This record gives sequence, C-alpha cells and structure tokens, in this order.
Amino acid sequence: MNGSRLLAVAMWLLAALWIMPLLFALWAAFHSFADATHFNPLAPLTLDNFVRAWNAAPFARYFLNTFLMVSMTLVAQLVIGSLAAYAFARYRFAGRNLLFSLILIQLLVMPNMLIVENYRTVAQLGLVDHLLAVGLPYFASAFGIFLLRQTFMSVPKALEEAARIEGAGPLAVLWHVYLPLARPVLVAYGLVSVSYHWNDFLWPLVVTNTPGSRVLTVGLQVFSTSDQGVDWSVISAAALMTSAPLLAAFLIFQRQFVQSFMRAGIR
Amino acid sequence: MQRRDFLKLSAASALTAALPIGGAHAADAIELPMYYPVAVGGPIAKIMDGYAAAFHQANPDVRIRPIYTGSYQDTTIKALTALRGGGNSAPKMAVALAVDIFTYYDQNVLVAADDLAKGDKAWLDGFYPAFLANSRMADKTWSVPFQRSTPVLYWNKAAFKAAGLDPERAPADWNEMQDYARRLTRAHNAKSITDWGVQIPSSGFPYWLFQGLAIENGQARLASVDGTATHFDSPETIGALEYMVGLARKNGVMPSGIINWGTTPQDFFKGRCAMMWTTTGNLTNVRKHAPFPFGVGMLPKHKRYGAPTGGGNLYVFNNTTTEERAAALRFIRWVTAPEQAADWGMQTGYVATSPAAWNTGALKKYVAGFPQAAVARDQLQYAEPELSTHENQRVTKVFNDALEAALTGQKSSAAALHEAQSKADAILRRYRA
Amino acid sequence: MAAIAPVLPRAKALYLGDHLVAWLLIAPALLLFVAFTLYPAAATLLQSLYSTPMAHRPAHFVGLAHFQQMLGDPVFRQVLGNNLLYAAGSIPASVALALLMALLVDARIPGRGFARMAFFTPTVLPLIAAANIWLFFYTPGYGLLDQLLHAFGFAGHNWLGTPSTALWAVTAVAVWKQAGFFMIFYLAALQQIPPSLREAAAVEGASRWHTFRRVVLPLLGPTTLFVLVNAVIGAFSLVDSLFVLTQGGPDNTSNLLLYYIFQNAFQFWDTGYAAALTVVLILILAAASLLQFLFVGRRTHYQ
Repeated sequence: MNGSRLLAVAMWLLAALWIMPLLFALWAAFHSFADATHFNPLAPLTLDNFVRAWNAAPFARYFLNTFLMVSMTLVAQLVIGSLAAYAFARYRFAGRNLLFSLILIQLLVMPNMLIVENYRTVAQLGLVDHLLAVGLPYFASAFGIFLLRQTFMSVPKALEEAARIEGAGPLAVLWHVYLPLARPVLVAYGLVSVSYHWNDFLWPLVVTNTPGSRVLTVGLQVFSTSDQGVDWSVISAAALMTSAPLLAAFLIFQRQFVQSFMRAGIR
Repeated sequence: MQRRDFLKLSAASALTAALPIGGAHAADAIELPMYYPVAVGGPIAKIMDGYAAAFHQANPDVRIRPIYTGSYQDTTIKALTALRGGGNSAPKMAVALAVDIFTYYDQNVLVAADDLAKGDKAWLDGFYPAFLANSRMADKTWSVPFQRSTPVLYWNKAAFKAAGLDPERAPADWNEMQDYARRLTRAHNAKSITDWGVQIPSSGFPYWLFQGLAIENGQARLASVDGTATHFDSPETIGALEYMVGLARKNGVMPSGIINWGTTPQDFFKGRCAMMWTTTGNLTNVRKHAPFPFGVGMLPKHKRYGAPTGGGNLYVFNNTTTEERAAALRFIRWVTAPEQAADWGMQTGYVATSPAAWNTGALKKYVAGFPQAAVARDQLQYAEPELSTHENQRVTKVFNDALEAALTGQKSSAAALHEAQSKADAILRRYRA
Repeated sequence: MAAIAPVLPRAKALYLGDHLVAWLLIAPALLLFVAFTLYPAAATLLQSLYSTPMAHRPAHFVGLAHFQQMLGDPVFRQVLGNNLLYAAGSIPASVALALLMALLVDARIPGRGFARMAFFTPTVLPLIAAANIWLFFYTPGYGLLDQLLHAFGFAGHNWLGTPSTALWAVTAVAVWKQAGFFMIFYLAALQQIPPSLREAAAVEGASRWHTFRRVVLPLLGPTTLFVLVNAVIGAFSLVDSLFVLTQGGPDNTSNLLLYYIFQNAFQFWDTGYAAALTVVLILILAAASLLQFLFVGRRTHYQ
C-alpha cells in the first residue's frame, strides 16, 4: 500500500539522517586527516588516530575514573533511594507529604545549576579534585526516590505483613520483599543513571582540576580545545573512544533497555 | 540486580572513597605541581614531562609535576578555582598568559618574581624587554617569560608562484597584502569552495591578531600601563578594524564571518588559504605538516611595523613555603636558561626569551638552516605589549564581542568599538584612583 | 480498663518506633538533599544580595543591586532571549520528532531495529563528544554539511561563525541528541495502548489520522507531559555543547543562561552577579514547570 511505503521511506530517510554524523565520525577516525574529508572508498584505513589520541592524554586513567565514579554514584543512589522510598511508601509520619514535595524540587533544581554554591560546600569538605566530589551531590536522587516510591506502593501489603509476622525488621523486609519485586525499575533507573553520569560534564569540570580525578567528558574537552591546531581525525577518534563503552552496552542491551522502560510503567 | 553484583559494586565504591585519588604523595623531594596549557600544535605534554624529568635528575630534591589543563583560559580558571578552593592539589606554579597578571594579582595569589629572585636584577633583565613589559605592574616584575610569541605571516610559496608573484617576497605593507590576496583568491564558481588569499583567524580571542593591525595603524597600546583605561575607540583602532573587515566584506579576499583559529593551519596546509596570520608558536607544527615550501614574514606594515607580544609566563603562587619558593626559583632559572630556552624554541616555534638563548650554538645552527625561525625575534623590536587590564577576562571579552560584531557585519566598526570602550570604562572605573 | 491499659502504651511505642524508623530511613537522602539542593539554593539567594568579595574588599550587602545591573545588562537580555528562542526551537522539534520516530518504529516496518538504534544512539554519546563531531560537521569548506551542500549545488556557509545561524546550529545538535531519548518513552507508551482500542476505531471506519488524533494522542498525554518537563529542564540546564561549538559567540548570539552563569562565576569571578543570575534561572524553571502542570496536566487523560 502506498501509505505504508511512504512511511517506510520516511523512516529510512530519517534514520539515515540521524546516524550520519556518527558515520562521519567513524570515517574520520579510521582515516588520516588528508583522507577524512574526501569520501574515497579506496582510501587506506588506519588505527593511527586512536593510538595518537590514547597517547596524547591519560585516557586509561579517565576511563577508570569514570567507571568508578558512575558505579559509586549508582550504588549510593540505589541504597539511599530505596531506603527513603520505602519510608515514603509505607510509613506514615508527620511531615511526610511536605518532605516528599520538597525532595521533588530537586527534579527541577539540579545540582548542576547551583555550581557555585555546591563548589563552595565541596571545598569546605576538603573534597575538591577528589572523585567522590563528582558524584556526591547526586547521591540522593529525587527521580530515583520518586520512581521507587511509586513501585513500592504497588506491592501488595500482604507480602510485607507476611514477612513481618515472621519477625523481619524493616531493612529485611525491604531487601527480601520490595527490592526483588522492583527489579525492572531498578534496572531502568540504573540505565538512566549510568548514562546520565557517564555523560555529565559541567559539574565534573568545575570540581576536578587534575588528571588524577578527571573523567572522560572533561578529559575529552581538555584534549580537544581549539587553541591547538585541531586534527579532526584524532578528535573523532577520541570522541568515539569516550563514547564506546556506553554505545557498546546499548547496542548489546537494546532490547532490555526498551523493555525495562515499558515495565517501569512510566505513564 | 543480583545480590552478588550489588555487593561487588558496593565494595568498589567503598574502595573509591578510600583511595587517595588526586592526592599528592609525601616523599622526600619537594613536590611542585605546575598547571600548564597547550596552545600550539605538537607534543607539548611530552616535552614538558621531559623537562620535568631532566630537572629532577639534576636536582633530586625537587620534583616538578606538570599537569596539563587545556587552553590558556582553562588553565587560569582551573588554577584560580583550585587556589580558592584549597585542597592538596592546588598548583604551586603555573604557566599562564602573561596578560593575566592583573587577574592573578587581584585575587592575591602571587609571589612576585622580583621577590623570588631576591632582587637579582641581572638575571631578570636578561630577558627581552618586550616580553618583560607584560610581566610588570606596580613597579614589580611578577612573572617570568617562558613561552612567548608574536604573530607572524605565513605564506604558501608554491601558491605565490602559481599566481605570478615572487615566491620569496612577503607582502611588505597593507596595500601589498590586499593586492596579493586578491591575486591569490580563487573562486571556483559562485557556489563552490573558494581558495582564499588570506586568513586572519577571529575565533576565541580575535583581539590578539587584531592588535597587530592596530599597532601598525599607530595605536601602540590598547590599554594604559596601569591597566585602568583602554583605547578601544581611538581613530587608529577604528581604522585598523575597518581594514580587517574590508578584507572580507569589501574586497572578498578573506572568508567573512568568524574564522576559526584551530582550523586555520589545516586550511593553510590544504591550500584553502595562501596566507595566514597566526602565532610563531605554530612554526614547528607548520614545518612538519605543510606539503609545500612556505615563508614566514613580519606582519605587513602600515604606518609602522608592529605586533603584539603574546604567550605565557611562569607564575609562582603564595601557597608555597620558603623552601618551595627556593625550589621553584631553581626550576624557573633552569628552564629559562639559554640552553633550555633554545631547545624549547626549536621544538615549538616560540621565541626564545633572551638574547643569550639566541646566541647558543644550537639555536644559531638552527636559524642558519631554517631562517624562518628568526622572523619573530627580529620583529621584537617593533613589538608592543598585549592588551592587559584589571578584570582582564571581562574587558577582553567586551572587546572580542565588539570585534566579532564588526566582522560579522552586525555593527559598523566605529559603533562596535565605541560601545566596547564605554563598557570597558564602566568596568574599570573602580580601579582608578 | 485493665485489659486496655497495657495495650495503649505498646501501641504508642510502636507508633513512636515507626516514626523513628521512618526518619532514619530518610535521613541520608534528606541530609544530602539539604546539603546539595536546599542549602545551596538558599545560599545562592542570599549571595545574590551581597557584592562579590574581592581581595581587597570583602562582601557587603547591596540589596537588589545585582538585579538592577541585570536589567541594564544588554548581554543578559540577549542571553535570556537566546535561551527562550532555543527552548522554543528545540522543545517542540524534539518532542514532535520523538513522537514521529516512535510511531514509525511502532508501525512494524522492516528495518525498524536499525532505525531504533539510529534514533537512540545520539543519546548515549556524551554531549561533549557529540559536539566535537558536529563541530567537524559544521566546519566551513570541508565539513560534511558544506560538502553535501556543494554536492547539491548550494553555497556553503559558516554555520557557527555567523550570528544568524550560530544559535540554530547549536539547537540542531540538541534536537539530534534528545529526540531519540524521548522516543523511547513514547514507544513504551504506544506499546501499552491496547490494540483493541485501535481495532475498534478501525472497525468504525476511522482513518489512520483520525485514530491517531482522537485515540492515540490523548492517551499519550501523560508521556507528553513527562517528556515536556524533561525537555524544558534540559533546555535551560544543558550547555555542554557551547564549550565546544561557539563559546557563546559570535558576540553572544549563541550564549545561554547557564553558560553565562559559568562565565560570570568562573571566568570573571563575579560570584555575586552569578548568584543573581542563578536565582533568575531557578525562577524561570519553576514558572515553566508550574505552567506545564496547570496547562498540559489538565488535558492529560489517565487510564
């Protein structure tokens, strides 16, 4: 049918358009600069750009820092978020609604925007240029608490009561009853958190100064400042290198990613 | 998430928090972290590390730790952020723009070079006076010239020949440059890529190259010596801007709009422009990558020859102990000594900072085989100090904005510069006595 | 009486114990929230009323002086205008494209797996990396965009270096990056619409377009609200690409509010003024969110 064909063509065109910049970067990264701007299919491929990019800045260190920072942040967010969400979902206490609304403010006013004051706080704690400082403001995640509270509220109370009768305390109930049932949401949230923090730039820029605590995004920007004569092939290689882990993870886990969003029931 | 994965991740995060990432090691040697930028092409980081290693070998009780912090602007941002925030990774030294002297001074973080050297005038006077001009303020020398430069004109000898011009002769003045550029500009057709006669980059910090034109038109300084007043809208400054705008918009020999600093050398190598203005610090980079013979000349004169000095000095911060300051001084004296200065100049293209350096055998031989390297040095006699004021970042931005507005045709040169002058006045008012 | 008495204290103890447990559970989150959101927000508000401390002159109370300065600051007006334009450009485009992409992918056309990947990939790239790639894309002369234009016989253009196009060039990057992310939410919502609804409409002879407008779109209301809120926040809080592409130029024509705040705070060290600007940013976001919940929220249809 004509309608379907039109839709098909539209989709393919749009997809091609969308993937083009990335393909361009791939092309440039694997060819020398002289070849990068002409699209001669016979031009020789080279890994030289990646080698040069890798050697020009301590990317290995940046990878390690980023991985550690993202993991540390995710763990903290899950722990702190689960505890708080459980309290909001299942306990009644004075000021509960007010506190919850206050926490939701963080959805609006992100630590990113309060860089000057947050920087001052971190400096007073003596954590400037420490990897911990890059994640610390994000450890309490309003989004996570919101999601988890919603999920917890949909868990049948009977399950909790059953566990209580067997003598389980609040933490045990959380661990044995609620968290296993919230697994899809935890995964969904984890994916969002990892990609957000892997890609975070402004706050790490402000709070870290030396390669010892620098993360990939800042490392890439420092590396490619245009005061230097820019070599697009090397910069494309570096840009692809910094994105590679997330990209690979997404390509492998595409299905799970989409499905987890569906199950998380974001309506 | 499986319990095992969760526990594994928790262990990793606990470890992270405990690791002294970013902290300095306490060793016997005095450690001096030094922030430095890379503003020109080339393996600068490797060279710096090499110097640090060589110095440590000769002086085992001092360890310089060079830390790469991006562009000049990034470096100053990071240094001041770190110094204000405290913490154990604040730098003790930095290579930063000579003109940021007021910025650092106003934040109260410097130890004057004069004080460091304890009045050893002979050593400090050994540098070219043109470079010391931007290093002095309030009757003291605050920093030591290190990677200094002036802009120069590079030209493509093969392209000159093809256009019927003498390949060995650079344009000597404004008229000649405009004329040569006209003959070199090749429009393939109305819609396709043009090969331009000349490119004067204007992205990021257009004021620097522009200042060359201003000096040549008779406006020797864009700001007063004490950094409290600017001359942005003098007739000479306006005239210089009109010439620059005219190259693109009236004569069509230069791309219109903002020309990117970083890609201009690439444009030059690819033949997209036959002449380019850029720092002599790119000389070694150009030498390595240009696929044609090229020449280097002084910036063309108008009423006079002229060029701004540029580049970075070595600063020492006041979060240092007496021993650390003595150690810093030793490093600075070593790395600016004639042999090292000559080596640095040869590896990069920066102008070696003292006549003594140019008299070393190595540099003499280098110049004999590569005379382009001496052009910037010979231009020093016509050089003037670069724009530098209190609240330098802000005032410079105001000026850059005005230049960008004129170059993109948003405002006339006169209007843009008048506006910049009044804005600068408003900012600097409180610094006047 | 005697039977009730021992029960009461125990109930009370349980009640108090519950309270204690609840507060303990929330404590870490609350502490961090206060430290990194509430306190900084309050401190920023306070700081906006004091002058910037300088080396030779400590901070003193100046009341609304910074805000007055803001009103008279042409760069601020330009930055604010830019941000509103940027929002007006990127938000509808991102959301509309996201919906389009979701519909296309959902329509079971061959190659949809590849399309879905193509749409979503920009999202997993750090904005800094994406911006570097697009910088190459936009380079006059031999950048990909100019080369394509030349191939089709159009003139090239200095996209990032011309005031009239710089902001739109930055907007394009933002849309490219975001649309795929929002698409996922729409896709999830689409796949939750019971097919029976769509079948029922088809049985009644409704055209595809009609079905879409009257059945599907309203059901996507909550998703649209969620996506819109995210898009608005993003439009004011994601300025990474400016660091790479234009640094706010030429002549502030692509400068955005958060970038201007960064410039004032960390380049000019004018922390008082930066604080005042931050207050304005927060107010704008609060107003935008309120408007959205009132306006769009009223029209959403919850199942």
